[in-house]
Amino acid sequence: MSEVKTVSGNGIPLVGNDIDTDRIIPARFLRCVTFDGLGKYAFEDDRKALTGKHPFDQPQYQNANILVVNRNFGCGSSREHAPQALAKWGIQALIGESFAEIFFGNCVAMGIPCITADTAIVQELQVMLTDNPQVNITIDLQNMKVECGDFSASVNMGEGAKNMFISGTWDACGQLVANAPKIQQTTAKLPYMNWGYL
Amino acid sequence: MSKGTLFDKVWDLHTVGMLASGQTQLFIGLHLIHEVTSPQAFAMLKERGLKVMFPQRTVATVDHIVPTENQARPFVDTLAEEMMQALENNCQEHNITFYNIGTGNQGIVHVIAPELGLTQPGMTIACGDSHTSTHGAFGSIAFGIGTSQVRDVLASQTLALSKLKVRKIEVNGSLNPGVYAKDVVLHIIRTLGVKGGVGYAYEFAGTTFEQMNMEERMTVCNMSIEGGARCGYVNPDQVTYEYLKDKNFAPKGEHWQQAVNWWNSIRSDTDAIYDDVVVFDAKDIAPTVTWGITPGQGIGVNQTVPLPSELPADERLIAEEAYSYMDLAPGNPIKGTKIDVCFIGSCTNGRISDLREAAKIAQGHQVASGVKAFVVPGSERVKKQAEAEGLDKIFQAAGFEWREPGCSMCLAMNPDKLQGRQISASSSNRNFKGRQGSASGRTLLMSPAMVAAAAIQGTVADVRELIKS
Ligand code: SF4
Repeated sequence: MSEVKTVSGNGIPLVGNDIDTDRIIPARFLRCVTFDGLGKYAFEDDRKALTGKHPFDQPQYQNANILVVNRNFGCGSSREHAPQALAKWGIQALIGESFAEIFFGNCVAMGIPCITADTAIVQELQVMLTDNPQVNITIDLQNMKVECGDFSASVNMGEGAKNMFISGTWDACGQLVANAPKIQQTTAKLPYMNWGYL
Repeated sequence: MSKGTLFDKVWDLHTVGMLASGQTQLFIGLHLIHEVTSPQAFAMLKERGLKVMFPQRTVATVDHIVPTENQARPFVDTLAEEMMQALENNCQEHNITFYNIGTGNQGIVHVIAPELGLTQPGMTIACGDSHTSTHGAFGSIAFGIGTSQVRDVLASQTLALSKLKVRKIEVNGSLNPGVYAKDVVLHIIRTLGVKGGVGYAYEFAGTTFEQMNMEERMTVCNMSIEGGARCGYVNPDQVTYEYLKDKNFAPKGEHWQQAVNWWNSIRSDTDAIYDDVVVFDAKDIAPTVTWGITPGQGIGVNQTVPLPSELPADERLIAEEAYSYMDLAPGNPIKGTKIDVCFIGSCTNGRISDLREAAKIAQGHQVASGVKAFVVPGSERVKKQAEAEGLDKIFQAAGFEWREPGCSMCLAMNPDKLQGRQISASSSNRNFKGRQGSASGRTLLMSPAMVAAAAIQGTVADVRELIKS
């Protein structure tokens, strides 16, 4: 299990509130039985509409691994295809004003931290990345800080998720299965388990 | 912190323990799966050499990709066929009940589980689909999950979760004629915003919800997620029990009374503590239509598209994006907007009562020329019932197409799609850019009766005028 304590690299700014999962990966690309190959379709329709001007198409951001977004990013459907497409494109962490809950949970389960920061900080980061795309940006999860060149600011993440990244327990599956005896005990408290129609 | 609410009680009962991260390990009473978000989960399971821990507590159907015209196998769309086969194989291999096309029980996952009585009060329910919140109508805690979490539920019948806060949304009074459950939820979302519910479970309380039937409650809970709330619920009551009685999977015999007693005990206490309370008056709710690209961008049908100056500062950015994408000018009335396609269906409004309301409006009228209108029942049972009542004939006589059950143009993963810049009046739940199958297609959300009215007028219309005439 791999610990995620810092993520560092280049940033890519994506300005806009309420960017939903249909925009991150349009439904027609969900016709698949594996997540492989989804990276090239991230933001497909937005990119087409902007004819080369979408950050995901701009040459200066092709090596970026930290996506900087605004409010309520990833709202809409539960499709894990959305964070999977971002991850396959190269994104390893996100910074934003806020994230939709299911999207956030999907990212945790994939080992991709989504960090929140105040509007002013996020906007400043976006400006810096626009002016200077090659600047190095680092998210420090233990100290809850982001550094971008000389700029430094505090960021946030819920304790539960933060601990999962730092301790390398973000992939919960193994722990959940290991608690099988406790799971059996819990079912004993649930009357509907005995009604026996399932 | 909330205390004594249904959410607290159900959460505590299903808590297996605390994980090292501080999250709760929560037991899931019912797991629903479909073809889009499960194949990768089964593949992950295989990769790790894990089995399905409680195969009898997972139930599958197929809905998103099914064609609504020609359902002959193999499907014309080879990718859809591949997904279908993956689901069939996974269910067979892991001994999971699968309601396939033609079984009489297939349909949209959130339509069939209540119909079969699988959805019950006091359960925790998860499905790899955000509209799982629908099942909260029965007083269950039901939420959407991603594919890695589908894997976790298959492997352990549990999830790692952080507890939500609880907001009580109280609506009191009777709805005016022409105002439906869909309008109530669109009104709530436009007031509280599309991210207002993030971090919350919504408890829908008050006399308006008490007076609603189960299908109306489902419409409201269904769209909790569009308001940012991962789950929404209504406390179970006599209406719930009458709906459930004698359904296939409902408790029977001596278990029935035990069940009712237990269900009554998990209702929110009268002195329950909520993290937040919001109160609405049913009289203030008008037939509501969205004009933008989020479900929160809604207005009364007689209102005008809001000017930037009428919006809070943090709504202006997305409003500007919406004006240009929708090509609807601020200050203009929404009523009279020309419509190309009318879609009645989806897990929000594809149930029998929705079709009845729409048919009442359509009866004796004709779909306006140049408008394509179609009705997609939410399940095989809904279709059968509608045909028994002659609703299919009413729709067809009025010029609507009558289709096979599925998600259809709610998200357009099957052949039902908008073309180019077409604009639809739709009874579904999302008006996101590109949602209905064309990258530049446009969606106006409204109640099924309002969609029927739009089909007849060829423009956005006030259903109340058709009810009068
Ligand atoms: S009808 Fe629409 S919202 Fe409902 S499950 Fe199908 S695609 Fe999702």
